[in-house]
Amino acid sequence: MSASAPHLQRPAVPLALARSGKETGRRAARARRLGLRSVALGYLAVLLIGPVAMIFYRTFEHGVGAVWTALMAPNAQHAFWLSLEIAAIAVPLNTVFGIGAALLLERGRFRGRAVLGLLIDLPFAISPVVVGLTLVLVYGKTGWLGGWLTENGIQVIFSVPGMVLATAVVSLPFVARETMPVLRELGTDSEQAAATLGAGPWQTFWRVTLPAIRWGVVYGVVLTTARALGEFGAVSIVSGRIEGQTQTLPLYVQDRFENFDSTGAYAAAVVLALLAFTTLVAMNLLTRRARAREAV
Amino acid sequence: MLGIYLSALVLLPIAALTSEAGKGGLGAFWREITSPQALAAIKLTLGVSVVVVAVNAVFGTLLAWVLVRDEFPGKRAVNALIDLPFALPTIVAGLVLLSLYGPKSPVGVNVAFTRASVALALLFVTLPFVVRSVQPVLHELDVSMEEAAASLGAGPFTTVRKIVLPNLTPAIVSGIALSFARAVGEFGSLVLITGNLPFKTEAASVYIFSQIQNENLPAAAAVSFVLLLVALAVLGALTLISRWSSKHVR
Repeated sequence: MSASAPHLQRPAVPLALARSGKETGRRAARARRLGLRSVALGYLAVLLIGPVAMIFYRTFEHGVGAVWTALMAPNAQHAFWLSLEIAAIAVPLNTVFGIGAALLLERGRFRGRAVLGLLIDLPFAISPVVVGLTLVLVYGKTGWLGGWLTENGIQVIFSVPGMVLATAVVSLPFVARETMPVLRELGTDSEQAAATLGAGPWQTFWRVTLPAIRWGVVYGVVLTTARALGEFGAVSIVSGRIEGQTQTLPLYVQDRFENFDSTGAYAAAVVLALLAFTTLVAMNLLTRRARAREAV
Repeated sequence: MLGIYLSALVLLPIAALTSEAGKGGLGAFWREITSPQALAAIKLTLGVSVVVVAVNAVFGTLLAWVLVRDEFPGKRAVNALIDLPFALPTIVAGLVLLSLYGPKSPVGVNVAFTRASVALALLFVTLPFVVRSVQPVLHELDVSMEEAAASLGAGPFTTVRKIVLPNLTPAIVSGIALSFARAVGEFGSLVLITGNLPFKTEAASVYIFSQIQNENLPAAAAVSFVLLLVALAVLGALTLISRWSSKHVR
């Protein structure tokens, strides 16, 4: 006790000095905060904001008319609609699969759960070029199923089915991964209650589980759609890149750029960039909704 | 049903790749991945990826810190922009970088067709990972711990080093792992800006692509298999990290 007493009564620093010390401390803290903020935002400006702003400037440099004409070119139109068509097939497939896989991984108790999880994550970790190659090795002319497919007159590689396949692979993980944490949070209480009250498994799913996880699913669908519309590497390999036939909008951007048609390339790129911005807005609205629900 | 879908999309294709890569035996596989051009591409990819994730670890953590602890006008918009590289198609990412840092650069910086362009493209596409991995952890981190350290006389740097960073380490490491996987496999953003020059700016994914175009499937499959192993190693590491960090919380 006595040992700590002198420690307690130690007004070593005069009051005025202590206050000014506090003041300099606060000023130093503020300077540090401003410094960190400038470095962080500077990095973002150089790497991200500057280049993105530049592409909008370059696109509209020669007026909106030129951009409009470029977008109305038949090959540009075809590429745009083909991208939408592929997404319109791949996204619903992955949504159904993702919800099913999330239920299986969260609610199921079976051997090989870890392997299932790994297979779902793999497309996220692997190069899109590798995805394209693996599909060629199975569905290509000399691939494992190539002979059978040719015999039955089905062409997968170098045509739209292969492009849908490639898009589905690269956008596979999102719905499952966004739905899983929501399912975990939800728990099984309400599902068990529904079952006790006589609901069948389908009824429980439609009336209880799906409404509760819907925003997680929607978030996953937004990510899936963005990835599906923007996929380049895997689709590039399986498509054969035939102008006006198997050329999606990202492939069209490359084609125009390499043919020295920068107006066409920039115009298509800006359409894709605007779709990306729409995705960001949707992501933000969904996150805010989730946070608001948490607060309630 | 799920099984058929997953087999058609992932399992069967991976099996076909493994079979193609191993068709000529281990010796042939080794010859393919050690051919000068393949080796140069693999080395470039791994080397640049290491540099890129190191930069990401520093700037990603810093950005997360500023977005959680700092207040400034426009913060919400900046926070939303972090995800842009993720939402933006990779070919557009390459074109975007080329428009500011290409031959017609208005700021006089032209990195096109150099190794710096590989690093720049990879930094762009991997930007969100460390930020998004660290942010929630930093948000949950109790400020009172740092205040206690400060009141015990620790300076700001000691507090960061001894209190903040140890708590963030698992999140930073998993962000690094995700960035690394993405960087090693990246393709679209490299196509336009790097020029794909063999032995100079040709990344592993670009090498695979050109081998497929030349119908040299064994070479493409061998290097693809290496990338597959890297992806599996990263996913394994991520599982270990999450197990380790949940043990720490308990």
